Amino acid sequence: MSEHRLILAGLDGDRTWRLQDYVARGGYEAFRKIIAEKTPPDVIIAELKASDLRGRGGAGFPTGLKWSFMPRSFPGDKYLACNSDEGEPGTFKDRDILRYNPHTVIEGMLIGAYAMGCTRGYNYIHGEIFEVYLRFEEALDEARAAGLLGQNILGSDFSFELFAHHGFGAYICGEETALLESIEGKKGQPRFKPPFPASYGLYGKPTTVNNTETFASVPFIMKMGGKAFQGLGKPNNGGAKLFSVSGHVRKPGNYELELGTPFSELLSMAGGMRAGRKLKAVIPGGSSAPVVPADIMMDCTMDFDSIAKAGSMLGSGAVIVMDETTCMVRALERLSRFYHEESCGQCTPCREGTGWLYRVVHRIEVGIGRPEDLDLLRSVAGNISGRTVCALGDAAAGPVQSFVKHFADEFEYHIENKKCLVPPAVQDTGSQIYVSQSC
Amino acid sequence: MLDIEIDGKAVQVPEGSTVMDAATLAGITIPHFCYHKKLSIAASCRMCLVQVEKAPKPLPACATPVTNGMKVWTRSKVALQAQKGVMEFLLINHPLDCPVCDQGGECLLQDLAVGYGGAHARYQEEKRVFVNKNYGPLIASESSRCINCTRCVRFTAEIGGEMELGQAFRGDHAEIMTFLGRAVDSELSGNVIDLCPVGALTSKPFRYSARTWELSRRRSVSPHDSLGTNLIVQTKNDVVKRVLPLNNDQLNECWLADRDRFSYEALTGEQRLLQPMMRNGEDWHSESWQKVLPFVSSALRAVVSEQGGQALGALASPHSTIEELYLLQKLVRGLGSENVDFRLRRHDFRSDAVRAGVPWLGMTVVDVHDLDSILIIGSFLRKDAPLLAQKVRHSAMRHGLQVCTVGPNAEDWRMPMATRALVPPSEMVDTLAAVAAALAMKTGKALSETLEARAPTEISDDARAIAQSLADGEKAAVWLGNLAEQHPRAAELHLWAQEIARLSGASFGFVGEAANSVGGYLANAVPGDGGLDARSMIESPRHAYLLLGAEPDLDFADGVAAMEAMNRARLVVAISAFDSPALRQVADVLLPLAPFTETPGTFVNCIGDTQSFEASTHSRGDSRPGWKILRVLGNLLELPGFDQDHFESARDEALGDGGDFRARLNNAIGNVPVATPSEPRAGSLQRVADVPVYFADPLVRRAPSLQKTADAAQPVARMPSVTMAALGVQPSDRVRVTGTGGAVELQVVADENLAPGCVRIAAAHVSTVPLGPLHGELSVERL
Amino acid sequence: MLSQESLQQIDREIAKYPPGKQQSAIISALRIAQQEKGWLPKEVIEFVAGYIGIPPIAAWEVASFYGMYDLAHIGRHKITVCTNLPCALSGGVHAAEYLKKKLGIDFNETTPDGMFTLKEGECMGACGDAPVLLHNNHRMCSFMTAEKIDQMLADLEKQ
Repeated sequence: MSEHRLILAGLDGDRTWRLQDYVARGGYEAFRKIIAEKTPPDVIIAELKASDLRGRGGAGFPTGLKWSFMPRSFPGDKYLACNSDEGEPGTFKDRDILRYNPHTVIEGMLIGAYAMGCTRGYNYIHGEIFEVYLRFEEALDEARAAGLLGQNILGSDFSFELFAHHGFGAYICGEETALLESIEGKKGQPRFKPPFPASYGLYGKPTTVNNTETFASVPFIMKMGGKAFQGLGKPNNGGAKLFSVSGHVRKPGNYELELGTPFSELLSMAGGMRAGRKLKAVIPGGSSAPVVPADIMMDCTMDFDSIAKAGSMLGSGAVIVMDETTCMVRALERLSRFYHEESCGQCTPCREGTGWLYRVVHRIEVGIGRPEDLDLLRSVAGNISGRTVCALGDAAAGPVQSFVKHFADEFEYHIENKKCLVPPAVQDTGSQIYVSQSC
Repeated sequence: MLDIEIDGKAVQVPEGSTVMDAATLAGITIPHFCYHKKLSIAASCRMCLVQVEKAPKPLPACATPVTNGMKVWTRSKVALQAQKGVMEFLLINHPLDCPVCDQGGECLLQDLAVGYGGAHARYQEEKRVFVNKNYGPLIASESSRCINCTRCVRFTAEIGGEMELGQAFRGDHAEIMTFLGRAVDSELSGNVIDLCPVGALTSKPFRYSARTWELSRRRSVSPHDSLGTNLIVQTKNDVVKRVLPLNNDQLNECWLADRDRFSYEALTGEQRLLQPMMRNGEDWHSESWQKVLPFVSSALRAVVSEQGGQALGALASPHSTIEELYLLQKLVRGLGSENVDFRLRRHDFRSDAVRAGVPWLGMTVVDVHDLDSILIIGSFLRKDAPLLAQKVRHSAMRHGLQVCTVGPNAEDWRMPMATRALVPPSEMVDTLAAVAAALAMKTGKALSETLEARAPTEISDDARAIAQSLADGEKAAVWLGNLAEQHPRAAELHLWAQEIARLSGASFGFVGEAANSVGGYLANAVPGDGGLDARSMIESPRHAYLLLGAEPDLDFADGVAAMEAMNRARLVVAISAFDSPALRQVADVLLPLAPFTETPGTFVNCIGDTQSFEASTHSRGDSRPGWKILRVLGNLLELPGFDQDHFESARDEALGDGGDFRARLNNAIGNVPVATPSEPRAGSLQRVADVPVYFADPLVRRAPSLQKTADAAQPVARMPSVTMAALGVQPSDRVRVTGTGGAVELQVVADENLAPGCVRIAAAHVSTVPLGPLHGELSVERL
Repeated sequence: MLSQESLQQIDREIAKYPPGKQQSAIISALRIAQQEKGWLPKEVIEFVAGYIGIPPIAAWEVASFYGMYDLAHIGRHKITVCTNLPCALSGGVHAAEYLKKKLGIDFNETTPDGMFTLKEGECMGACGDAPVLLHNNHRMCSFMTAEKIDQMLADLEKQ
């Protein structure tokens, strides 16, 4: 197995994102075929199910199944939303898809809208990547001008309006119901489910939300066939997927691989460990995924099931690589601060608990931890996880639980010795690479 | 129906029920904070987490729908662990100030912490502190106590009709506030105090004045608007300290209007009349009941024997009790007079001769819920009857009730409105006629013979839209508001409303101005054959007046005329809970009346419910329940039938055997001719007088905290810009406004929610009394 | 309160949403207002709320919830540095420290000349480009070595 480019295939950075380039790569063929042949929606959804495509946003829910939940006979507006609110530390694939290949997302949404009978769609784009939002607006204009969006698309009786909506600095809006609240012009506070968006979504209407990469994969599935796409991966883990590799590797970046590719291959594609150091641990699916120690990780293949077996999650495919110089207390402190900052404040365990977790991890990090703190961390994390409105609670608790589980010795050392097991001078925080005259 | 087993108890619940509903039905209490039966589900406090069979994690009972065969455990290890975990999170930042917290003793957090909290705090960090907010004169804020349940936020948006409070910032910085620290202006604002499960929002007037466990609780009924809101009056050492809602699903549910909640402050105010007072020339002195009552008795006797019974007139506040009204009319009639009335702000009494019965709402309050369409004529409903307006709002927001209005005012009612026909008072009758004509056309039914000739040929779009809405609605209603009742052509408005209701199959009725607007009729406090109504008693001044609970300058259709008539009278006896300069100017004797908390009594509300209540405290000072004062007077006057030994005997006498007067409630009227000359003239500058919510009766106008709210602001001259332009005035100009009674100086305020040619000037305030009548023509000049 | 150009931009945003759902445009509208004014004074928030037709407290909830709105006066150039874990492993914290030293200010402070304000940001979704920083919310700067930071500051000072 090796790199297998579908979405990233034939791209040349900023030079090949326009409609004409996409069409030259075979873009919109799948959609045109559907319109020309009046492909029944059931057939599209069946194809998707055959592909074993699982949501690329983090939860990995089977996309075909999700699409089949939309009430076909519902009268009135149905909505489609694309989740490009990519703000999970470690994840940066959607940005590349949107800036280098935006039309594949538009085509994927068109096919989704056609299959589910949606009349209107929004692509919710992370506020911090505003330039990408502007580019997507341009791509939408191109598509509208080409008759690919709007009323009676390509002369058919299928109509679909698609717009870009941006966030403005709230990680929680990546949660699909918070995202819908945010499109409605409110704070991004997740809704309690049920009801699920398929019955009560945007403006209370049936809505399907998929990740950018999920939509981007759809045209390829339609073109190559569900079975063939599935064949790229392994059973229940269909296709190829983008992995965002960051941290202590030589070549951080996005790599599109067949699911099931061994982690070791991905690591070497990313140039291997920086300065030839030893791998210590990996967070394999974005900051919310439990951390996995090196030895377990080296035995994993990059797919949903294998990573789950290792006690973590493939999530969004964000692989944060940490080498032997990493202080795990400090690493966790940074993540805990993030969840504390990004808790929406709605439900009690997350609002109160994320701050508590951060404060305890912080005091361990700064050398004023107490012997009972590890038990306290486990207990507080346990009181958050599974008790919140949305998954952010679990996301905040997960790293704490896994770091403390796998690296208890480092935490204990911090508490007992009021200093780090890995001396700060040794810690690789990138200074030598980026800021030569480091402080 | 769905079967569910909770803690081993099998219950059946209707489809769509939540686990919380099912638990309530099973008599099982699940701890909760954000859940409230009248608000949307937030599911955010997480206190109600319970264990559900096959669910991988505990689920919030408030938001989890029941499925058939579901098994739930509310006190299993999993459930308790979750609940205790949440409790710990709620407490880590909650201040330990229970000893100085007004909520202490009735705090949900305190109560539940006993069951679910730990004995030791594991959280060692400094607790979070927020700066307290100023929400105005009624609501005190202690922001650090807030547990972010957002009940108050949901209340303002969902019940109050406009989001005034919000949860700003995020995470553990999340904090409840208004925009820019503004006051919460809703006339229902005080309900957030009851809703707040902790001491973050408490009553400002009540603050630090008692611990809740020291308070005695008495059931009572609000004496203000016509809804008859049920109250719990709380007292300490025989003084009213606080008023809370008593849940009544047929009326006020669990809500109170601020007027009902905070008017109690006037009970202990300096203006309370606590002793009988007698005039001696220009001087006044207090007098004992033993001396004053014989004096009153003989003075009345003297007038009647010298000038005849008709020389006597009795004018009572519609906020009086049935017993007071009944005994008053009995006393007057016993003295040979038919001159008695309680409809003091009314001008047009032509319907009296042709009405079939006692005017009322014409429907129940609960049925507002199911209405499809409603036409409200001449009303400031949101301020006139805040909780009745809330019912309309609820139905408009949740069930798509179409709300239409006809009148000179279109102020914000904080609810979706369908059509508002904005016309000056002079055009209201014609507008209703146009609605009726449009309805006749739409429905193919003929207009009544008597009205056919009066139907207009031109029908405005608004009239057509209103007719359409009423015709489309399967269930429709037509209500006449206070402004319609006070209108110079009220009887014609009544007649046309009846016609509109007939053509559209709607029910119709009156909102009613006060607690006993229906009860006054039942107590027969209205003129009989040859008797004078309230207006006539003023226009043809009497030699003697008996005034019950009313202020001559503020409670009448024309305060100037009322003062003048009483000034000329030989004898004015005022039975009043309050002293006032105007009363001292006109009266010869002031008899201290016990207000609603100090007397037993009965109100019959707008839907015909008889609601009796006992006194919550003893009478203050030498004040006495009105029914007792009148009974003793009756005895002194040696009139027959004044031997009631309890208020209930007076009530039963008034309302008939068993109080079954339902058959008498009837809004039908016979024909009323067109008023000639028609007043005010079309095209003239016309007064629109609202009776502001906190000026409406003697009690509220003396409640200090209510008087500090925006609703109690000094009256101004509001007018639309087209009228300002015609008059050559600008916003904030000072102008002299002259009415038939006289002139006042006011500030101009632009108000586009008024019909052209209208100047809205609040009534029932000393500063605007000199203008005279509530309706009529005005002139305005810039100063 | 706002320029015609800003209002037109807001109108374009409102047009993206179904009739009666103009509240959806509040996030963009506040962003556009902030772009014009430099930050969001409460009067501006109230104006935008009125323009969109929502209660001011609803706009305030949004303005205070989303991290990229500035509710207090800031410098001409706001520089937001990501210091989250993936960035921290690859120089993000050093870039922030370098900026602090260079500008003589800490996070959430503004240089005395009113030119620069420094903010610590959360994940920008560009971890592969670490160190990354954001200029005035709209421009993402990647691989910010000391040299590139020097260059950027020099360019901004010239503006």
